[in-house]
Amino acid sequence: MDYVQNFPCISIMLCLFAGIISSGLRDKTAMWINAALLTVNTVLSAYTLLYTLTIKEPFVYVMGKFPAPWGNEIRAGVLEALMALFFCVIMLLSLFGGRHKLLEEVEEDKTYLYYVLTDLLLSSLLALVYTNDMFTAYVFVEINTIAACGLIMIRQNGRTIEAAVRYMIMSLLGSGMLLLGLCMLYDLTGHLLMSNIKESVALLAANEQYGIPLIVSIVLMSVGLCIKSALFPFHAWLPDAYGYSTVSSAAMLSALVSKGYIFLLIKIIYRVIGFNVYHDTRIIDVLFLFGLMGMIFGSLSAIKESDVRRMIAFSSVAQIGYIYMGFGMGTEAGMIASVFHILSHAATKSLLFIAAIGLTDVSGGSRRLVELTGSGYRNKWAGITFTVGSLSMVGVPLFSGFISKLLFAQAAVQNHTKMLPALIVLGVSTILNAIYFMKTVIRIYTPLGETAYTSVTFKAMPVYAVVLIAFIIMNIILGISSQPIVDMIQQGLATFA
Amino acid sequence: MGPNLFINYGEAVAMILFGIGFGNLLLQSNLIKKIIGLNIMDTAIYLFLAEKGYINGRVAPIIIDGVQSTQAYINPIPSGLVLTGIVVSVSVSALMLALTIRLYRRYHTLDLDEISQRLKREGL
Repeated sequence: MDYVQNFPCISIMLCLFAGIISSGLRDKTAMWINAALLTVNTVLSAYTLLYTLTIKEPFVYVMGKFPAPWGNEIRAGVLEALMALFFCVIMLLSLFGGRHKLLEEVEEDKTYLYYVLTDLLLSSLLALVYTNDMFTAYVFVEINTIAACGLIMIRQNGRTIEAAVRYMIMSLLGSGMLLLGLCMLYDLTGHLLMSNIKESVALLAANEQYGIPLIVSIVLMSVGLCIKSALFPFHAWLPDAYGYSTVSSAAMLSALVSKGYIFLLIKIIYRVIGFNVYHDTRIIDVLFLFGLMGMIFGSLSAIKESDVRRMIAFSSVAQIGYIYMGFGMGTEAGMIASVFHILSHAATKSLLFIAAIGLTDVSGGSRRLVELTGSGYRNKWAGITFTVGSLSMVGVPLFSGFISKLLFAQAAVQNHTKMLPALIVLGVSTILNAIYFMKTVIRIYTPLGETAYTSVTFKAMPVYAVVLIAFIIMNIILGISSQPIVDMIQQGLATFA
Repeated sequence: MGPNLFINYGEAVAMILFGIGFGNLLLQSNLIKKIIGLNIMDTAIYLFLAEKGYINGRVAPIIIDGVQSTQAYINPIPSGLVLTGIVVSVSVSALMLALTIRLYRRYHTLDLDEISQRLKREGL
C-alpha cells in the first residue's frame, strides 16, 4: 500500500484533533492552527488527486482490522479528491476574506469558537466526501448540521438566532428522513457499506422483491437530502441564514455545506442504489421538476429583494435548482454538468458574498441596494470582483458560469423528452439572473453626484484584496481551462460506483 | 398486506410515531413542543431498528455454554446503531434547547411565529 492512501484518513483526523485542541486556546492561536490545517489539507488533497489520477482507479482504505462486509471504509477516487481540494481552498479564502468582519461582529474572546466550528465543519465535509459507509455518513451529516448552526448563530442578534432555529428545524426533519431511509435500506440489504448495499439492491431489483419498501427508502433519503440542501420548496430557512450571519459563514454555508449534502446524494445515486435502479424509480423526474421550479422562483424572489445579501442568498436557491435539474436529466452528461456546477457555484457564490461585504462597508454598513449607489467607486477591488461574480452567474464567456450553462445545455440536447422544458427554463432563468445581477452592477457603478471618490487603497486591507484577486483567478481558471477539469469529473464519475 | 401488518405491529407503531413526531416538529409553533416532536421522531426510528433487529427466542451474541450456532443469537449491529443514534439525538436536542433558552431570554415567548413577526417589526 502506498503511503498516500493514508492521506484521506489523516486529513479527517487532523481536522477533528485541531477542533479539540483549539477549544482550549486563545483566539489568535486558534486562527493560525485553522489556517495551517486548511493549508495542510489542501496539500494532502492535491497530492491524493495526483495519485488517483496516476493509478486511474479509486482506492479503498480499511478503517480498523475488519474486512469488507463488516468494517468501516474510506474510498477515494478522482472525484472525491477533486471535491476535497476545492472545499479546502474555498474555505481558506472565505475565512480570510471575512476575517475583519468576524472580529467586528463576534464578541471578543469568543472568536476561537468560530475556528473550532470551522475545523469540525471541514472534518465533516471531508468525511462526507470520502466515506464508504452509510451510517458514518449519517453521523457526519449531523456534525455538519451542528457546526453550521453554530456558524450562523455566532453573531449574536435576534435575527441570527431565529435563523439558526429555523435552519435546525428543517435540517432535523431532513436528517430524520435520511436516518429512517437508511435504516430501511439496512433492513432490506443487511449491509451498511455502500458497495455491498449496491450488490444487494441490484439483486432485489432483478428479482423484483421488496419493490415498495425499496422505493420508500430511496424517496426518504433523497427528500431528506433535498431538504438539507435547500431545494426549491424547502428553502424557507435559507435567506435569513445566509443573509444575517457573519460573511464567512454565509460564504461557507452556501458554497460548502449544501454542496456536501448534494455530494452525498450523488454517492447514494451512483454507489448505494446504482444509477439504473435509481433512474427506474422515476424519482429523478420529481427532482427535475423541482429543480426547474427552483431556477425560476429563486430568481424571481431575488429580483424582488432589496437587500443585497438576501438577494445573493435567493440566487443560491436558483443555482441549487440548476444542480438538481442536471441530476434530473438522468444522463451522464447531465451529471457531469451538475458536478461542474457544484464547483463553479461554490467558487462564484463565496466570491459574491465576500465582495458584497466590501461594498456594504463603504456604504455606511447598509445592505439596501439603494444605499449601494456608487459603491463600486468607493471600493474598487470589491466592485470589480462583484462584477466578475455577477458576469459569471449570468453566464458570460470567460467565466466559470458560462461553462456550466454550456454543459447543461449540451446535456439537455442529448435527452429528447426533457430537452424542451430544460432549454426554455435555462433561457428564462439566465434572463432573470441577468436582470437582478446587472441591476446591482449598474447601481454600484452609478456615480452619486459630482463628487470625486476616494477608493479604499490596497494597503488599507491587503488580506481582503489578495483574497478577492485569488477568487477572480479561480473563477477565470474554471472558465478558461475547463476541459481538464471536465475530463477529471468524467473520469471520476466513470469509476465512482 | 393485512396479516403482514399484524405480525409486524411493532414496525407499524414505529411508523405512526415517526409521523406524529415529524408533524409536531414541522407544524407546532411552540419551540418546546417542536423539540418533543423531534424526540418522538428519533425514538420512533430506534424502536423501528430495535424491532427489526430482535428475533424472538434468541439472545445477544455473547457465547454461553459453548453454543456457537448462529441460530441462537441476534445481529448486534442494529443495537449498535440505536446507541449511536441516541448519542446524536441527545446532542441535537441539547443544542435546540440552548437555542430556545437564548430566544426566550430575548423575547420572553416560545412562539416562533410571534418572534418572527416581532423581528419584522423591529426591522433588524
